[in-house]
Amino acid sequence: MNKKKSILESNVLYTIIAIIVGFLIGAVFLLIAGISPAVAYAKLLDSVFGKPKYMVWTLIYASPLIFTGLSVAFSFRTGVFNIGAEGQFVVGSLAACVIGILFDLPVWIHVPLCIIAAAAAGMVWSLLVGLLKVKRGIHEVLSFIMFNWIAFYLSNYVVNLAAIHKEGGGEATKDVRSTARILVPEGLRDALGCTAANWGIVMAVVAAIIIWVIIEKTTLGYKLKAVGFNSSAALYAGVNSDRSVLTALGISGALAGLGGAVQILGMSGRLSQFAGQEGYGFEGITVALIGASSPIGCIFAGIFYGAMKYGGSKLSIIKAPAEVVDIIMGCVILFIAISQIFKVLLGKLTKKEVK
Amino acid sequence: MDVIIKNLGLLINATLIATPPLLLAALGSCFSERSGVINIGIEGMMTIGAFTGAVMGLKTGNGWIAFFCAGLAGALFGAILAVACISFHADQTIAGTAINFLGPGLAVFLCKAMFNNSSDTPAMDPSCKLPKLFEGVFPAGSFWSNVLNVYSVAYLVFILAVVCWFVFYKTKFGAHLRAVGEHPEACESLGIDVYRVRYTCVILSGFLAGLGGAFVTLATINQFRPSVIVGQGFIAIAAVIFGKFSPEGATKACLLFGFCSGVKTLAGSSNTISPNLISMIPYIVTILALVLFVGKAHTPAANGKPFVKSK
Amino acid sequence: MGRVSHLDESKVVIRMKDIVKKFGDFTANDHINLTVHKGEVHAILGENGAGKSTMMNVLCGLYKPTSGQIFINEKEVHFSSPKDAIDIGIGMVHQHFMLIQPFTVTENIILGMEPVKGLVVDKESARKKVMELSERYNMKVDPDAKIEDISVGMQQRVEILKVLYRGADTLILDEPTASLTPQEIEGLMEIIQNLTADGKSVILITHKLKEITASSDNCTIIRQGKYINTVKVDEVNENDLAAMMVGRDVNFKVEKKEMTPGEIVLDVRDIRAKDYRDVEILKGLSLNVRRGEIVGLAGVDGNGQTELVEVLTGLRKAESGQVTVLGRDVFNKSPKETFESGISSIPADRQKHGLILDFSVEDNMILQHFEEEPYSSKKFLNRKAIREHATELMDKFDIRPRGTEGNPAGTLSGGNQQKVIISREVTNDKELLIAVNPTRGLDVGAIEFVHKYLVEQRNKNRAILLVSFELDEIMSLSDRIEVIFDGQITGSVPGKDADEKELGFMMAGGKKHE
Repeated sequence: MNKKKSILESNVLYTIIAIIVGFLIGAVFLLIAGISPAVAYAKLLDSVFGKPKYMVWTLIYASPLIFTGLSVAFSFRTGVFNIGAEGQFVVGSLAACVIGILFDLPVWIHVPLCIIAAAAAGMVWSLLVGLLKVKRGIHEVLSFIMFNWIAFYLSNYVVNLAAIHKEGGGEATKDVRSTARILVPEGLRDALGCTAANWGIVMAVVAAIIIWVIIEKTTLGYKLKAVGFNSSAALYAGVNSDRSVLTALGISGALAGLGGAVQILGMSGRLSQFAGQEGYGFEGITVALIGASSPIGCIFAGIFYGAMKYGGSKLSIIKAPAEVVDIIMGCVILFIAISQIFKVLLGKLTKKEVK
Repeated sequence: MDVIIKNLGLLINATLIATPPLLLAALGSCFSERSGVINIGIEGMMTIGAFTGAVMGLKTGNGWIAFFCAGLAGALFGAILAVACISFHADQTIAGTAINFLGPGLAVFLCKAMFNNSSDTPAMDPSCKLPKLFEGVFPAGSFWSNVLNVYSVAYLVFILAVVCWFVFYKTKFGAHLRAVGEHPEACESLGIDVYRVRYTCVILSGFLAGLGGAFVTLATINQFRPSVIVGQGFIAIAAVIFGKFSPEGATKACLLFGFCSGVKTLAGSSNTISPNLISMIPYIVTILALVLFVGKAHTPAANGKPFVKSK
Repeated sequence: MGRVSHLDESKVVIRMKDIVKKFGDFTANDHINLTVHKGEVHAILGENGAGKSTMMNVLCGLYKPTSGQIFINEKEVHFSSPKDAIDIGIGMVHQHFMLIQPFTVTENIILGMEPVKGLVVDKESARKKVMELSERYNMKVDPDAKIEDISVGMQQRVEILKVLYRGADTLILDEPTASLTPQEIEGLMEIIQNLTADGKSVILITHKLKEITASSDNCTIIRQGKYINTVKVDEVNENDLAAMMVGRDVNFKVEKKEMTPGEIVLDVRDIRAKDYRDVEILKGLSLNVRRGEIVGLAGVDGNGQTELVEVLTGLRKAESGQVTVLGRDVFNKSPKETFESGISSIPADRQKHGLILDFSVEDNMILQHFEEEPYSSKKFLNRKAIREHATELMDKFDIRPRGTEGNPAGTLSGGNQQKVIISREVTNDKELLIAVNPTRGLDVGAIEFVHKYLVEQRNKNRAILLVSFELDEIMSLSDRIEVIFDGQITGSVPGKDADEKELGFMMAGGKKHE
């Protein structure tokens, strides 16, 4: 048990190193752009921790990211790579949005209906890819990429349909009915000073715990991991690998779809036409990596990324490009990817010192 | 009849314009994938190439120099990927994802830093762009004029595809790169420097992706915008898998995608069908084609696996 | 077979002096010495993991020695890559062939040294040169066939030609007979003779004593990374060599009490199945195994053994036929169903089929049982029961190191990994145990352990089907030997007093002598 803990701690250590290096490289680019890193990072910090309201916003930004992070982490743990969380997120948000606008139902039916529809949409989107893989042997990375773009254009198409589109032009849908929103009660929102405060973060944490239980404590998790780590041995043990792959992809897709629901029903309240991909799915990969593919880790990683996104959006106030966040995050991923090397190097160094 | 011929000419033209950026990136990707390194960062490399091309076009006023610089910028990102994946044995998909954050992030960041916080570069004067080859040779509006209304680089790209095929199957380097992607240990035991072959391939892949990106900003349009690449890098990857990791296959697949996007361009002007639905066509066609015709492809045996040198 | 020695003692080709090779804290080679002369066949003998391959990888430039010197033709050399070794005339034929599957024979042979005309690889002249070499040493190959389509024997000839093409004077053959028939082995010995007659030296890495006495001039023995001795092969016998290799006297005979086989447990009738290329590989095979007997399936790799085991364990669907276990139909059932019907198996590839290396040892031990009480109930795992089960098995089967129930199985040594599988499979209490190459890659101690357990299972009145490419193992364990060739059983002999020559003859497709 002790050993396990030390490995875990060391993973955290390397993640922290990667984050620090990411910030340092971001600083270099800020300097090149003629912006003081100190000022920019101070602004970043202030934008996140300056007021309680800001912290609430950070959590609002974090909730969908935790979901896509969980989606990708779950796929990593079960041996598939869900690079299609992006598309599943989009169809999830689309489903939630359409049902949220078109139906007029009491709250206690409307909200669950939207959420279930979003999860189902994400699941179906992912399962289609799974079926292509299982039945026709088509590389999942390829079909995920295709489905991301189909979702992208599908969403833009639906946004512009007359029944959904906001009258009077603009590039967004009507607002989702208030009966479908997952906002916290108005009094609390006023107290927090944040109009979009919602239950998304609670849902995300609950989802993370459920996923953790599935992975670590159930026979389902055992099966999915067995197939993920070694499908031949799993087959030998009598686990149907096709069904497991589909189950894993289905759950992973549903999580991403839920992320879409939380985004629409919580934060934005409507769907806008995309110019480029939203990036929640790709950001989910980062969250999963920073969280070391652990569901609980994803909560913290998601909040970190949410803070970076929210804080980054405020950087334009001081005329610093918000894209520095992408640079930092890109570097973080890169350094986590090569962290194995840090481990070896550090291992060698400490050994030499002992000698 | 005339209308059909005219539209046919325009369709071929649109295909010839849409294909080269994809093809450049896809050819590069063939090198990388066949040598055993999955390059999922093509999108990021194309974006940085597109940006570099636009900026250098504005600064130097010479399209060719700008084009080449864009290749170098892509190659730089290729080198980053190569260091991570080859020397540091990073997970290739993850490192590629990092490139996809870094490329566009850096491009827009620098753009804002250089052009007064605007995420678009100013439009270029046509003289800064790559030249057209057959401009004014055929009467305006004629079939051939319509077909050949493309930048000269487009022709070079198709010649390059043939060159790549030649390199792959006829030269020593080609044999080595294919062998390295299948069985690196065997190559090492025969004195082939696996790392050098892979570095060359991945950097070359970045270079070509950079050129592909720059084709968009220096030929197709005349400026850099954040949405200028949107997904073309991923389409290129799809083309490579679709084309079974071979230059000739990837070329065919890119022509198919180029054709679909040509249809989109033409149909888009007609207004009867939603452009969003038409935009889905290339992706749906890919899936259908895979389901109906292609099936399983032989992936290079060592693809995606880090190779650890013996000590 | 008369062996002619071409040893020329006046000319030392290779001298390795005090070679030390460390990997981290582990010393794989500890002051090893080796001297090879012109025209000599020099065997290197040692157990798995003794450091033979490491030593040869040093000699062929793959590894850099931590300390020590190498002399080639009495001149000191320092290799910085395999290329340096190749250039100076040392070529290695690796145990696991280093061939590019989708490439042709010629392309493989010339890889890295392609003749070029301008920019283009000159395939014509390459092909010609390959043919010349192949004729000169009487090694038949099809220069235009793809590696994936040719036999193991031909693949080995390709490997040897590859080395000769590079102008090697010294050839290192690493366990070259591992997957050859006795007849193919004889062919290889002839090739070795041709090579030494031509003035080349051959270093033969092996753990098979018989091959050494049949082919070599001298033999260097290493044990646990240390140099033990170099002996003239003519002056020692196999038992001396074995004792030096293991460091104690070993008894290769397996003690077995007499038993009368009981009722038929496994009954296989007229099985037809296709391999992964969709070519029929099992062509109407019939076989049975009774209680209390070990049936050895002897045959050269690729004659359908793998597919037969896959059909029996539910991993492959057969085209037609009948399989029953104690009367229960298990034909074309799922792996789970065949297991539940009474078939337990030790798979050929323990890291591919037998274990999930990333799973903990304890999780591996419940691989087929994780959905059963007490290991889980109502879809939730019972960690405590899983741990207790693992601890019990680790004690009983002496799996080391103890206390590693929660560590990934991949961190155990090969022998202990195999013990994990065996502990799991023999405690299942199934009527039939199928063991495929159960001792592959294990050291002598572990081999003895595995053999002991197989015999013990037989003595407990279980039926055992032993599939092995090691003919010695089949002969020493089996009560009855069935020979498989080209997808059919071509002969059956009692295990006692089986004749190796005859078996080899049948394994190569010959009919049994009456």
